[in-house]
Amino acid sequence: MKNLKLKKDLGSYYAYPMGIWFSLFFLLPMVLIFAYSFLSKGLYGGVELQLSLKAYRDIFQKAYLLILGRTVVISFEATLYTIIIAIPCALALARSKRQTLYLTLIIIPFLINSLLRIFAWMSILGSDGIINRTLIQLGIITDSLPLLYNRRAVILVMVYMYLPYAILPIFSAIDRFDFSLLEAARDLGATKMQSYIKVLFPSIKSGINTAIIFTFIPAFGAYTIPLFVGGKDSYLLGNLIVDQVTKTRNWPLASAFSMFLTLISTVLVMYVFVDDKKKNPKKKRKI
Amino acid sequence: MLGSSVIIEHLSKDYGDFHALKDVSMNINQGEFFSILGPSGCGKTTLLRIIAGFVFPDEGAVYLGDQNIVDLPPEQRDCNTVFQNYALFPHLSIYENIAFPLRLQKMSESAIDERVKKYLKMVQLENHSQKKPNQVSGGQRQRVAIARALINEPKVLLLDEPLSALDAKLRSNLLIDLDNIHDQIGITFIYITHDQSEALSVSDRIAVMNKGEILQIGEPFEIYESPATEFVASFIGETNIFSTTVSECSKKEDTDEYLCKLELDNFSVPVFVTDDGPTEVGQRVSYTVRPEKIHISLQKPMGRKYLNIFKGIVEEPIYAGFQSKLYIRLENGELIKVFKQHIKFLDEGPEISYLDEVYVSWTATDGYIIEDIDR
Repeated sequence: MKNLKLKKDLGSYYAYPMGIWFSLFFLLPMVLIFAYSFLSKGLYGGVELQLSLKAYRDIFQKAYLLILGRTVVISFEATLYTIIIAIPCALALARSKRQTLYLTLIIIPFLINSLLRIFAWMSILGSDGIINRTLIQLGIITDSLPLLYNRRAVILVMVYMYLPYAILPIFSAIDRFDFSLLEAARDLGATKMQSYIKVLFPSIKSGINTAIIFTFIPAFGAYTIPLFVGGKDSYLLGNLIVDQVTKTRNWPLASAFSMFLTLISTVLVMYVFVDDKKKNPKKKRKI
Repeated sequence: MLGSSVIIEHLSKDYGDFHALKDVSMNINQGEFFSILGPSGCGKTTLLRIIAGFVFPDEGAVYLGDQNIVDLPPEQRDCNTVFQNYALFPHLSIYENIAFPLRLQKMSESAIDERVKKYLKMVQLENHSQKKPNQVSGGQRQRVAIARALINEPKVLLLDEPLSALDAKLRSNLLIDLDNIHDQIGITFIYITHDQSEALSVSDRIAVMNKGEILQIGEPFEIYESPATEFVASFIGETNIFSTTVSECSKKEDTDEYLCKLELDNFSVPVFVTDDGPTEVGQRVSYTVRPEKIHISLQKPMGRKYLNIFKGIVEEPIYAGFQSKLYIRLENGELIKVFKQHIKFLDEGPEISYLDEVYVSWTATDGYIIEDIDR
């Protein structure tokens, strides 16, 4: 009896390393940022220990709201295109005989530093880049096209960057999907399209939701992509936060924006999670 | 609602070098409970999938009534399928699963409700309508699949081994339910199975298939009592098959029947058999006699009733409650099966046990000549 009790008590200790790790490197910085957002701006960066709500008042300036709105729209667009491309890719992957090969090809970009991959895109899209040079040599255009440093470039590179994160969860959902259900739907009178919309998509919804989270959240907080391939029309919330820290040196405002960003991301995750749980009420979630 | 006849003409389907179907033709009557029986890989599922529209044949035609449906996509065919793995939509409740075909037709909510409730009642699932498929038992899931396939009121219902995933008790109950549903709605049922007892018990007619070919089509008793080939004889029920040569064949007086004498290979004792037609003397034929028709005794039976009497040794007695199954080694080395029914409470008479010397005997009318020897 005693032994059993001891063993049972030990169980909670197993969670300590993880708990300490998360508290130190995740929760603590969050608390710090949260605290900073309610303090006053220091003259040369940092904060002064004086409670203030100024940062939160400043957020609602027209210029900032414009950037926020732009960030939402660009992230939304990038997510939409990513999902639209990811679904047929995942479908093809799930039904392919050379799954391992294609999976490897999808994963290979992860092995290369993301900055390098952005630079690669710069050399593809630049005014002296592969596309422009080819088009000029073929005589299709005389002056290079402005492919880089604009909104379209940001969305394109975002879609490229987050596509593997979207394909993998959708693939794993489709891989578990029983394709005879599509036959059943056809048998019962559904056209091919209807069978996909009414049976396949609802069944892989959780995978699509995960893909949306994996795409939207990094897109929403992105700053390297708009920094390198974006222009004036694609200055996003992530760039704003970095500039508040490094240039304007308004740490409370940067913290307030960060809290705001975290809040929106959390709300999205919660929404998808609750939606998932509602659909599968009896499904037991084991941690 | 009325069923429709299904006419299958010269269907062939190859998968690479594998001939799944070889020139298969059959007529299935309107309202019939028709079974297609065969071992796995015999082509029966391919045949069903061609009728349903999931597989296109290399050659041949399928007529539903007088319409050739072979080029129609599955959703335009007036037949529905009950799938082996149920294929219920996991994200929909049982009610919505059954309502699925009606929602596709954009039927009004009240009409859907009325129809779904009718079919829920037919399969006795009124109390489970709001559950998800993974919250009910296998038998209930299968009943949902049946209701869902019937709600469109198809002319033909295709059943692809619908009971194979269930346990024996449930299987026999559901089989009776299926038969009742067939009697109630009267549409054509095409039932695919590898289980001969299922096929024998509910079918109006059975087609036996092997290696992509139809071997025999007939009523259950025909298939069982007068199998067309050795394969049919051994696949349906249990039987004893002997390789023999016809040595005499003559018409019996005052009857249409012929009495033939067959020489068993490496055996001096002949067997006698009646047949409804003459068989050429000297022809090689197979001779089959079902184990339940063989009489077994410790003493040699007297009288002319049993024409075929053989001596042997009990090599393996197996007690199975309602009957005993005995493997008997005949003097020529051949092993035959005999079923002894336990008709009375603790059977009277001396018990037959292991290594006893026994006589097995049967009349000339109990055996059957198969002219088509599987080579």
